[in-house]
Amino acid sequence: MRLRKWQFIIAAALALAALAAAITGCGGTTGDTGGMLQVKGSDTMVNLSQMWAEKYMEENPAAQIAVTGGGSGTGISAMINGTADLANSSRQMKDEEVAEASSKGVEVEEHRVGLDGIAVIVHPDNPVKELSMQQLSDIFTGKITDWSQVGGGPGAIVLLSRESNSGTHVFFKEHVMNDQEYSPQALLMPSSQAIFEETRNNASAIGYVGLGYAQSGVKALGVSKDGSAAVAPSVETVQSGTYPVSRPLYIYSKKDASTQAVEFIDWIKGEEGQAVLLELDFVPLKG
Amino acid sequence: MRKSKKLSELLISKTILACGVFAIGVMLLIFVFLLKDAVSLGGSYSFLDFLTGRNWYPISTPPVFGALPLILGSLLVTAIAVVIAVPLGVGTAIYLAEIAPAWLRETMKPAIEVIAAIPSVVLGFIGLTLMAPFIQSLFNINTGLTAFTGGLVLAFMALPTIISIAEDAITSVPRAYRQGSLALGATPWQTTSRVVVPAAMSGISASVMLGIGRAIGETMVVLMVTGNAAVMPTSLDSIFKPVRTLTGTIAQEMGETVFQSPHYYALFAVGLILFVITFIINWIADVVLHRYREAE
Repeated sequence: MRLRKWQFIIAAALALAALAAAITGCGGTTGDTGGMLQVKGSDTMVNLSQMWAEKYMEENPAAQIAVTGGGSGTGISAMINGTADLANSSRQMKDEEVAEASSKGVEVEEHRVGLDGIAVIVHPDNPVKELSMQQLSDIFTGKITDWSQVGGGPGAIVLLSRESNSGTHVFFKEHVMNDQEYSPQALLMPSSQAIFEETRNNASAIGYVGLGYAQSGVKALGVSKDGSAAVAPSVETVQSGTYPVSRPLYIYSKKDASTQAVEFIDWIKGEEGQAVLLELDFVPLKG
Repeated sequence: MRKSKKLSELLISKTILACGVFAIGVMLLIFVFLLKDAVSLGGSYSFLDFLTGRNWYPISTPPVFGALPLILGSLLVTAIAVVIAVPLGVGTAIYLAEIAPAWLRETMKPAIEVIAAIPSVVLGFIGLTLMAPFIQSLFNINTGLTAFTGGLVLAFMALPTIISIAEDAITSVPRAYRQGSLALGATPWQTTSRVVVPAAMSGISASVMLGIGRAIGETMVVLMVTGNAAVMPTSLDSIFKPVRTLTGTIAQEMGETVFQSPHYYALFAVGLILFVITFIINWIADVVLHRYREAE
């Protein structure tokens, strides 16, 4: 009797396992996302993308667009797997993602849709007003550890970075730090808001955030590159390319995307779409 | 009539059995999938390096997955939480069960249990915006986002579990023990400290174990207030420095990993470590609790 009960339990568990395997086996890679245009990706761009979708749907009542976040990588893999039509990304596709796409026979098209400036922020009481790219790199890799080494008062530097799944983290690493490692001492904060809060409260902190977060309560530093004069972060300096810590924003689509997707991207690159960027503290492509 | 009753009885017992089997089955499947993906890491990265490596650079080329600072970080934060929460929690439980008047106990116990209902993200936010600046200025340290801050918030979260279960254990000590002790001329404090608390010890230990389990598995709070710097906590002053935990690492990085990449498997391996740690803690709690039930 006891044995039979055990057999029953094991059989039931096995049946459940088979069921789960069947579900994971069948689910997933159907390319059909219905009439709804699915946009997924970068958390930096999720509000922006939502605003684009809202305005676009106001003008084109027939259009149906759903926007979700999750991160640039999440969006790109969803687009490759066919569960999303467009992927928002605050970085260019990685080599391994390109390889994954081609291994699945997906041809990907890249669209530059806007610019984002990264402001380096410190506490307002910090006497340091500007840093060079080299100094920023040395600070975040841990070669410079005291404010007195860069013209500030004595005191250890507290590094605030975004966590490694953030496009901003990757951008800063590649663009400012020449792809060297962050100092292990760097605090990996879960959001730009958290970096803003900690910088506002901590006189020895340095962090980086999107232009929109460089508000009152913190001080945005000027940044110089290759010995030229330091440039303060602003819409104009990001657009002209003189402010060194800025990056393009991308939308990725399949080469054979639906007309709805193509029209939406064209609209974003147009006058109205670019105006939305400015409204949300991003930077339009051209003046 | 009798036959239908027998049938419904059978139906009910089988339904309950099915529920139990389902729960165990789901649990087994979770473990199997966790194990499968964690073991896949071995294909591209040595397990010894994973367990003893001191650096965690998951997105570099080649990636470095040294989980030791994460393991130590989790243990450090939990240890701090335990050191704070256990004396406070057990003390409160003894007070509520033995000393407090009935009306106070009746109001305080539900009030304490309400603490358990506060969402952890709310506690994390309070920790980030209020406690971190306070702790920074109090101890005059570089940043308030430290292992200590995390431990403090986790202690607050573990308190309801510890108080509630420990209080139940102390209350369920038979009245005859207390009466016997008092009749022999012991003072109320001697009765509490030398008779009642030792008699309830296994229940109290179990409450502590469950409190630890709650602390080590908590994610949101440690993500927000411990600073998430994967530094090795090697000296005593690491308590007042940022640390990174197992849970925080999974939560931060899982969203952005490429499916079935080494990083993806590494995070599953981190999950497996966490699973093993919580499993051991729960197992100890279970053993202790059983001993206490049998002693009764």
